[in-house]
Amino acid sequence: MPDPIHQFEVKRLFPLEIFGVDATFTNSALFMVAGVLLSFGLLMYASRGRSLVPSRMQSVAESVYEFVAGMVRDSMGEQGMKFFPLIFTFFMFILTLNMLGMIPGFFTVTSQIWVTAALAILVFLTVIVVGFAKNGLGFLKLFVPDGVPIYVLPLVSLIEVISFFSRPLSHSLRLFANMLAGHITLKVFAGFIIMLLGAGGAASAIAPLPLLAVLGITALEFLVAFLQAYVFTMLTCMYLNDALHPGH
Amino acid sequence: MDPQSAKFIGAGIAALGIGIAAIGVGNLFGQFLQGALRNPSAADGQFGRLIFGFAVTEALGIFALVVAFLLLFT
Repeated sequence: MPDPIHQFEVKRLFPLEIFGVDATFTNSALFMVAGVLLSFGLLMYASRGRSLVPSRMQSVAESVYEFVAGMVRDSMGEQGMKFFPLIFTFFMFILTLNMLGMIPGFFTVTSQIWVTAALAILVFLTVIVVGFAKNGLGFLKLFVPDGVPIYVLPLVSLIEVISFFSRPLSHSLRLFANMLAGHITLKVFAGFIIMLLGAGGAASAIAPLPLLAVLGITALEFLVAFLQAYVFTMLTCMYLNDALHPGH
Repeated sequence: MDPQSAKFIGAGIAALGIGIAAIGVGNLFGQFLQGALRNPSAADGQFGRLIFGFAVTEALGIFALVVAFLLLFT
């Protein structure tokens, strides 16, 4: 059976070292650059006309903008729009990379834990910095919910602190594991086809069944690719909302 | 017991966690539909919360999956 995790191997394309730091250009870096250029190019192309009655591409870009802007307004209110550029960038970056990864033979950057961990840590640090800059020590009210009886308050605060510090972990693992699991499942089912065909005879006759399964899973993976980009952005909004309004 | 087979059994047990998380996700959407059918006009406004709950619930199942993968492939 073919190795299902071979597809996540990071390959070195151009060795490069800057001031003793290993900055080798890998296939992962290549797809990140491709994803950024693709989303940038599409949005620039879509907004080149800027007519009152939008062209087809322009209305696509406008609906993406409105979708993310609605998400930001719903979760953070009007003052959250300061963070709109950050959140829109997250959404476009993750969505483009997830979708690029769905093309057979392409590398899925979001299935690398260090990529999603870097994004999640960026969100985590932004929340802490913005929270203390905007509210001062009032940010610590996040760990002391209102209306909790005093005798359970230490326990509740402890739970709140633990849940706050486990956020980057779950935030990054969710995107990483979803993409990883989806791509492994596709590969495993594709491996079944080859195994059944190789067995010959009656086993070959049922080889189309895993092919149908692969077709269905591919459709599901496109949904997951969008949904995980949405969930990641949505959670970013909620975490930033804590920084803006720490009192529950 | 052979360590290799113990690893595979462990991965299988870890994968059970995903099924248990599936109960949670099913419960979530079921309850949402129940509420949504009682008051359809309020349903659209709660879509964000639904997805948030889905993400948090699913993450726990995904953790079990990560444990299974770690046992299988490392």
